[in-house]
Amino acid sequence: MSITHHLDDATLMSFAAGALPAALAAVAAAHVTMCARCRSDVMALEGVGAALLTALPGARIERAEPEFAPGLSPSQQRGEASAAPMQSPAPLARLLPLGLDAVRWRRLGLGLWHHRLPLKGNGALGLLRVAPGRIVPEHGHGGAELTLVLRGSFHDATGRYRTGDVADLDDSIEHEPVADPGPDCVCLFASETPARFRGLIARLMQPWHGL
Amino acid sequence: MMRLGADAGTAEDLAHETLFAVWRSAALYRAEKGSAASWIFAIARNLRIDRLRREVPWQQLPQELFEEASGETLPDAALAEKERHARVHTALSGLPPEQHEVVVLAYLEGLSHGAIAQRLGLPLGTVKSRMRIAYQKIRAALEDLR
Repeated sequence: MSITHHLDDATLMSFAAGALPAALAAVAAAHVTMCARCRSDVMALEGVGAALLTALPGARIERAEPEFAPGLSPSQQRGEASAAPMQSPAPLARLLPLGLDAVRWRRLGLGLWHHRLPLKGNGALGLLRVAPGRIVPEHGHGGAELTLVLRGSFHDATGRYRTGDVADLDDSIEHEPVADPGPDCVCLFASETPARFRGLIARLMQPWHGL
Repeated sequence: MMRLGADAGTAEDLAHETLFAVWRSAALYRAEKGSAASWIFAIARNLRIDRLRREVPWQQLPQELFEEASGETLPDAALAEKERHARVHTALSGLPPEQHEVVVLAYLEGLSHGAIAQRLGLPLGTVKSRMRIAYQKIRAALEDLR
């Protein structure tokens, strides 16, 4: 998989810091599992968090380092250590445990389908499916949004987005993405605010022409 | 943890929980796969998201990211980690205050771009570009270690 569109550096930093709103973090996490370059960025950026933590007054993390030798406790030697509390299946599997083919799409018309994903936390998250040649709707401007291609591809003035590519575009960029020939283009889409997401859906329901 | 937006009592609980989580999953930690400090930071970060924001921590721990990577192993990992850590420190302390500030607000207070903009009374774009420049400097400091 060759990925050409990555997360913005500011998005990556916010993600690694744990400061990205939940919906955006879900899409960022999904992209990171698909993209070696962004994965390496996240690891470097976690190092920034580590450096800031150890610089706090009273921090003694460095001293703990020798304690992490293998065989720390008998139960761990026996392999009884429970899974880390944060261990979880990869983000995409967590979002779509049954896979893309099991998604129950809600038809919006004009070659567009939508599926809302449950989200704990801020923002709105969903899947968008666009038939070839159809326009991927503009989500409006203002709040942060991320769009990750899961299947198929689309293109706009900023280039072609294939599986694994993420659109993390500046608000000021005007673009009108069109789904490419081939399988329907399926994207994971996140918006920082639910209101904006509702706006998107409302707009999808309107007739396209004359907008 | 208080820096992460918790009151004193919650901060203490979270600090204990972090320590417990670190202890519990210590067997999963592998020194050759990353620094202990990064790993502890990631555990604390995910706990903060889970407990304070009551959100799902989508960020995986560094180990999990490694495990999903192509299985590459790093030679002289411990030494490289030490060097990396030192360089990040130097790069961070070399940042101009306005860039350092946005980085600290994101990492230690968990503020989103929008929340930082609000806190500092700055346009969103300014916050993002300060953060971008800060990371570019840190990345440049690590370039030959990658």
